[in-house]
Amino acid sequence: MATVDIRQVRKAFGSTQILHGVSVAIEDGQFVVLVGPSGCGKSTLLRMLAGLENITGGEIAIGGRVVNNVPPKDRDIAMVFQNYALYPHMTVFQNMAFSMKLAGAPREVMEREVQKAAKILGLEQLLHRFPRQLSGGQRQRVAMGRAIVRNPQVFLFDEPLSNLDAKLRVQMRAEIKELHQRLKVTTVYVTHDQIEAMTMADLIVVMNHGRVEQAGQPLELYDRPANLFVAGFIGSPAMNMMEGRVEGGSFRGPGDVAWPLPLNGAPPPGGEVIYGIRPEHLRLDPEGLPATVHVVEPTGSETQVLMHVGGANLIGAFRERIIAKPGEILKVSPETSLVHLFDKGTGQRVGN
Amino acid sequence: MSVTAAEGWVRQAKEQSWLSKLFDWKPFLVVMCLLPALGLLMVFLTYPLGLGIWLAFTDTTIGRSGRWVGIENFEFMIEDPIWWNAVFYSVFYTAVATVGKFGLGLWLALLLNNHLPFKSLLRAIILLPWIVPTVLTAVAFWWIYNPQFSVISYIFIELGLRETNIDFINTAWPARWSLIAANVWRGIPFVAISLLAGLQTISPSLYEAALLDGSSAWQRFRFITFPMLLPILAIVMTFSIIFTFTDFQLVYAITRGGPVNSTHLLATLAFQRGIPGGQLGEGAAIAVSMIPFLVFATLFSYFALARRKWQQGEAND
Ligand SMILES: Nc1ncnc2c1ncn2[C@@H]1O[C@H](COP(=O)(O)OP(=O)(O)OP(=O)(O)O)[C@@H](O)[C@H]1O
Ligand SMILES: [Mg+2]
Repeated sequence: MATVDIRQVRKAFGSTQILHGVSVAIEDGQFVVLVGPSGCGKSTLLRMLAGLENITGGEIAIGGRVVNNVPPKDRDIAMVFQNYALYPHMTVFQNMAFSMKLAGAPREVMEREVQKAAKILGLEQLLHRFPRQLSGGQRQRVAMGRAIVRNPQVFLFDEPLSNLDAKLRVQMRAEIKELHQRLKVTTVYVTHDQIEAMTMADLIVVMNHGRVEQAGQPLELYDRPANLFVAGFIGSPAMNMMEGRVEGGSFRGPGDVAWPLPLNGAPPPGGEVIYGIRPEHLRLDPEGLPATVHVVEPTGSETQVLMHVGGANLIGAFRERIIAKPGEILKVSPETSLVHLFDKGTGQRVGN
Repeated sequence: MSVTAAEGWVRQAKEQSWLSKLFDWKPFLVVMCLLPALGLLMVFLTYPLGLGIWLAFTDTTIGRSGRWVGIENFEFMIEDPIWWNAVFYSVFYTAVATVGKFGLGLWLALLLNNHLPFKSLLRAIILLPWIVPTVLTAVAFWWIYNPQFSVISYIFIELGLRETNIDFINTAWPARWSLIAANVWRGIPFVAISLLAGLQTISPSLYEAALLDGSSAWQRFRFITFPMLLPILAIVMTFSIIFTFTDFQLVYAITRGGPVNSTHLLATLAFQRGIPGGQLGEGAAIAVSMIPFLVFATLFSYFALARRKWQQGEAND
């Protein structure tokens, strides 16, 4: 177990800059999720942690030791690859024991350690099989077993669940989280799925275009996104955003509709801002703003309604069962205290 | 109109003609489809092979059709020191050349599998020895090994490393080694390119995983590259052994089996006896004597090296 410090790390492939000064401080035993859209440099950062890519600038320290020039095998990390990278010509047992075999461990030690990991992961019955004889979920578990056996200081996962079907993904998500709670090993986990990030992480690092947009606890990112990117990325369905200006104590959105502003920390009048409200923070209100219903999507637990308010497309997620036809008018209003305001120019959060 | 006319129409099972019935009959179809292939095989493969084997049991010479003589040709062959010599050299030639080709070919393939500048150009150059016609190779080596005009001798003498020309092909052992060198040179591209193709099917993430598992470069070769390459290696080796064992052109063009029959392969000896020597029956017997060796080599590589258990079924990824 160890802390991981990523300080101003930069990466360039040839003349293309991929990472532009990324800093993340990871505490001992934390489960950190790197999340961001495709191509933002998550895998690259993870591979730099593993030592599979060299570091163009900045510093990476694992357990207080700068590892910029330490080869992968001496970093004491284990990685689970997206395609699992199981050795196809070795059985599950051999796959898991490979690192010990390389280190010249005696047979009894290999047996003991592999059995221990297999027990944790429920692989006892599969030890003699070859990878091709396993299902996707089982392969995933073997890949994790191979990492666990190493007993590393840091676990690295690169989108380990992206090859699994939705149901198995949810199950493995819980298993990985449970495993982490049991082993308490510092873990860095890459995904582009924000639900995975929200459910698993102690700390989420939202990345975009090779920069860290915001790092924080899941609910912190949900409650107080630091900028437009994070606001749009975290949460599903995504936050509604409207452009407009602050005027006379309210927000004038598209169609000159007046939206209420949060009571404290409202920006000075006259500024161009973006008004953000999460679908679940819109509520039905007889005194609210008139919204024309376009599409109604009942999911059972809630009803999502796609609607127009003064020319703006909004999604509302309501606990109530709404039976409305397209074209009907609903009255909605936002939870004023849960409104987010962002500066239009910089995209940064303004106000509280 | 047409709609009303169609109303009274009932679909009837149409009576099939005897021809279309025949074509629906499976045994007939099987025979029809196999016939062309079988015919070609008979004419171009089975007939020459059969004729060769038949000739081996006769005393045919050129210009006189022979009589059945049983295994007389083989009895004679077994007592013929030249045949034993050819057997020895065929095996030796195949074994040494195969080791050489695979050693160097694998080394080249591993080298080319790395990121090198001008990689595609290098690959094209590597292929050169293979695309040159064998006879041209033979002529080139004949010059290189020429007692008077050898380039190698020339260079050595110019460098002051030797006083006299090197004797490449005028005494038995130097001639044997020289031919093997020429065969290796010619065979490397096939091995290197095939193995390179095999190497490229190995997912780079396996090497990365092994790197994190703490392997050294040698261990990665020993535990990842080699076992994963083995199936392709087996196939390429089978082909290579067959081609080398049955080699004819290089040896015949460079030494014609000389000096004093010391570099005869079974193929060159068979030709020598059969065509210039005129003893068709004897030549055929020698050629037939290659068959057990080839069968053995094929079975060996098939069973010892071919598909592994982990490979059977669908590919893993
Ligand atoms: N070896 C390389 N050479 C050049 N560019 C590369 C290389 N590897 C990655 N890149 C570029 O770096 C950027 C970041 O890639 P990276 O694989 O880290 O993305 P990612 O965030 O993991 O995306 P995804 O979610 O799709 O896996 C991409 O624009 C990619 O094209
Ligand atoms: Mg990636």
